[in-house]
Amino acid sequence: MHTKTLAELSLGLHKKTYSSVELTQFFLNRIDQHQALNSYITVTPELALAQAKAADQRLADGTADLLTGIPIAQKDIFCTQGVMTTCGSKMLANFNAPYNATVVDKFNLAGAVMLGKLNMDEFAMGSSNETSYFGAVKNPWNINSVPGGSSGGSAAAVSARLAVCATGTDTGGSIRQPAALCGITGLKPTYGRVSRYGMIAYASSLDQGGPMTRSAEDAAIMLQTMAGFDEKDSTSVDVPVPDYRAGLNKSLVGLKIGLPKEFFGEGLDENVAATLAAAIAEYRKLGAEVIDISMPNLKLAIPAYYVIAPAECSANLSRFDGVRYGYRCESPVDLTDLYTRSRGEGFGKEVKRRILMGTYALSTGYYDAYYLKAQKIRRLISEDFKAALATVDVIMGPVTPSTAFGIGEKMDDPIAMYLSDIYTIAINLAGLPAMSIPAGFVANMPVGLQLIGDYFAEVRLLNIAHQYQQVTDWHNFIPTGFE
Amino acid sequence: MSLTADDVNKIAHLARLGIDKQDVAAYANDLSGMLDLMTRMSEVNTDDVEPMAHPMDQAQRLRTDIVTELNHREAFQAIAPQVEAGLYLVPKVIE
Amino acid sequence: MEWETVIGLEVHAQLATRSKIFSGAATAYGAEPNTQACAVDLGLPGVLPVLNQEAVRMAVIFGMAIEAHIAPYSVFARKNYFYPDLPKGYQISQMDHPIVGVGHLDINIDGVIKRIGVTRAHLEEDAGKSLHEDFHGLTGIDLNRAGTPLLEIVSEPDMRNAKEAVAYMRKLHELVRYLGICDGNMQEGSFRCDANVSVRPKGQAEFGTRAEIKNINSFKFVEKAINHEVERQITLIESGGKVVQETRLYDSVKDETRSMRSKEEANDYRYFPDPDLLPVIIDEAFKAQIKADLPELPEAKKLRFKADYHLDEENIAILTATRALADYFEAVYKKSGCEAKLCANWITGDLSAALNKAGLEINASPINDERLSGLLVRISDNTISGKIAKQVFELLWQSTANADDIIAEQGLTQISDTGVIVAIIDKIIADNPNQVEQYRSGKDKMFAFFVGQVMKAMQGKANPAEVNKMLKERL
Repeated sequence: MHTKTLAELSLGLHKKTYSSVELTQFFLNRIDQHQALNSYITVTPELALAQAKAADQRLADGTADLLTGIPIAQKDIFCTQGVMTTCGSKMLANFNAPYNATVVDKFNLAGAVMLGKLNMDEFAMGSSNETSYFGAVKNPWNINSVPGGSSGGSAAAVSARLAVCATGTDTGGSIRQPAALCGITGLKPTYGRVSRYGMIAYASSLDQGGPMTRSAEDAAIMLQTMAGFDEKDSTSVDVPVPDYRAGLNKSLVGLKIGLPKEFFGEGLDENVAATLAAAIAEYRKLGAEVIDISMPNLKLAIPAYYVIAPAECSANLSRFDGVRYGYRCESPVDLTDLYTRSRGEGFGKEVKRRILMGTYALSTGYYDAYYLKAQKIRRLISEDFKAALATVDVIMGPVTPSTAFGIGEKMDDPIAMYLSDIYTIAINLAGLPAMSIPAGFVANMPVGLQLIGDYFAEVRLLNIAHQYQQVTDWHNFIPTGFE
Repeated sequence: MSLTADDVNKIAHLARLGIDKQDVAAYANDLSGMLDLMTRMSEVNTDDVEPMAHPMDQAQRLRTDIVTELNHREAFQAIAPQVEAGLYLVPKVIE
Repeated sequence: MEWETVIGLEVHAQLATRSKIFSGAATAYGAEPNTQACAVDLGLPGVLPVLNQEAVRMAVIFGMAIEAHIAPYSVFARKNYFYPDLPKGYQISQMDHPIVGVGHLDINIDGVIKRIGVTRAHLEEDAGKSLHEDFHGLTGIDLNRAGTPLLEIVSEPDMRNAKEAVAYMRKLHELVRYLGICDGNMQEGSFRCDANVSVRPKGQAEFGTRAEIKNINSFKFVEKAINHEVERQITLIESGGKVVQETRLYDSVKDETRSMRSKEEANDYRYFPDPDLLPVIIDEAFKAQIKADLPELPEAKKLRFKADYHLDEENIAILTATRALADYFEAVYKKSGCEAKLCANWITGDLSAALNKAGLEINASPINDERLSGLLVRISDNTISGKIAKQVFELLWQSTANADDIIAEQGLTQISDTGVIVAIIDKIIADNPNQVEQYRSGKDKMFAFFVGQVMKAMQGKANPAEVNKMLKERL
């Protein structure tokens, strides 16, 4: 059953080929067998089986949705009432949220089954899933490699078939980069498309939740449930949710693909470049036209991002102070001691590094030089994309400069780690939707192709991804040991 | 641009962030590296560029003034480190 | 040396919304601790703020009332600092783009009008409260107040003494209550102020170093705190010291200000636009709607009361102090059809005294405008005398009956029947020959004696004009 896509399993459930309880138990067993991957922080077998039972009832009643009875897993950044929500941090290791994230409510309403909560970089800060308080996640394609981050647990679990699909969040590439490194499909929707309510904030103006799945069709099904206006989120956009599967089969003849020269220059591994070239060639065969474009301000995305994201996070994480919830240090002697030790002991190094950076960038005398400057650069980058997307339908490029690096390889060099986000973060600054789809392998490690669309063009992106997946089968490969 | 250990301690205090003494130098080094990366931003003239705070050019939506939240004190305080008589307790605040 | 005082005030007015500025929790005062603090107010992980329309409307209405520029584009920013009554570690406030821009307020100092500039007014959220009663040496935190909408109104440093500061604060207090945007309850902290105070040698152009006195919550304390602070600064400078820029707390018990070191320590607030909130856009249609709903402002009302009712300054000042009292007066005037002066005198006199004694606001008056009107009608048409009217007023206060029923029931109708009055006068003349003699021999003062005797005999029910007339005839 693990070789099947969400769409196929949904069909099986509706045809009563198997029950949701059977399917759920099957996945729970796989999770149990493959604990070594460390992709889950919390597994919820009792809840899952209860939900599966209820789903079977709905399937019998004929009130089932496409997701009813499908065993999924949530990134541990989405608040779940009654199930721990840790955000990969010691700070929240004991945190039992008294409410659900809007996204979680939506999956519950659809009748999806939650297998558990997935490992992640602490507070979504990281590109390797090594900053998790609950330990590094291993890449199913090579257990000595990282799965990427921050949604590393989600990518590893979907890749190893320990969940049919999973949620992720993407602030600077945290859905797309692990999806690429683990050989799955990941979609970061347009900023404001998926509610951020109950999704623990890293950088509020960049964070966006999205689906992580086997195929583009599965991503369309998941997004259908996740997307939509939420009155509890001021940044949620009130535009109608289209039928994401409706356009999947549209022909790509005449599709204009833009390839920014800045995406294919120095720093990109030549084998990865060759793999991407083959993928682009496939699109040509599907009738697409390829146009060279240039986005001169892309090179400034990393510095702008590493000012804006830490600045926002430095304030977002101030609420973790040991007073109302979360970790509190032992026997604080005074208020300052309560704050500094609770936060000092509760946060890991990468989180601290970013809080320090953000605090500095916002402090008196530096605000204009760093924060304001970064916001202006953000405008320039956004305008580069607008100009490009006025001439092409989709921008394509790499997701990562290379395939997955080794666990521990970049932990001592944060700057090198940040530079690996080079192809993904500009999209968050602009707020555009983008996908990573499996496009081949280099030395048995997956390579992702990035598709970037215009605002709210998810239907088009899914169509472009789906058509490619009709003529390739990179997305069907299963890592050795997980077949 | 490079930050000193003293700078790091000052920022850490502003952020009420306890950091181990032996790590201060490493943080200073990492932050200096990040700042070096950021100097690249000054390569571009942005004098006439409007800062961009949000990806979407939208206005704030306004909520109708009605009370929708009921009392959930028990549930909220069940996850609190220290409470008494309905209050959150902290070390003595001196004004 | 002669010193000049320079004062600017930052007034915090809690807006009278039902729910909080960024959440749907109630704002009612006095609830059990933390029962009105929802997930958003508590700053739980993942929760988000959504702006209350009513808070925006109230800020705009205030801006219009002080003839200020209403910003078409305003931005919420995070003010970062750690304090246990501030759950998120930042306060959502406004910095670079406040909703209300430059405006002004005129104060009256001994008949001279002085214009005080208002620099800006911005929306922000209130913090919770720290309770310092001993919890085994710990402090208790109640977050019910956290997230209550505040309008911070910042004045120019235009005031030159404590009296002006008090006049300005009173004027603002009157205005926000008029507009119905703040209940003005100072004991409950709905209306409070910080005062920036400095001194400089008279004639010097540049300002001296200022101290900020925090959280003053009564008019009396504003005056005392400022006067105390001015004295402290002058004494300090004259003895060779220097004023340092700092935050000070006024201690009303000791009548002194003292330095608040705890607030001084970290004052790098690192303001930046709140990414959870979008810019507030106020368009012409929104403004037009508010303008249409704008109530008559105190100044306009005062002028109108003078022109329409010809009342004296004192009555006008009292009647227009609150919208409710002014409305009450106008209702009585309309319903009774009596002279404005009679209506005003009763409202500012007996009714206000009774309300004060009972500690009631006009809205809670046991005598509503309808019942007071009933009384005034009977005074006007001479059914009862002024003296009897006071008795009827007492009964109106204590019961729910109307004036006519009370008058009938107690037999208080004024007697104008000349036959009855003449009979009594004749009897009194007969019974008091000595006094008659004195009067007739030129002692005019004795007339009052006869009036008193007649009224006494008639239990006050005689029409005094008739009594006077007839006494003169018979004596």
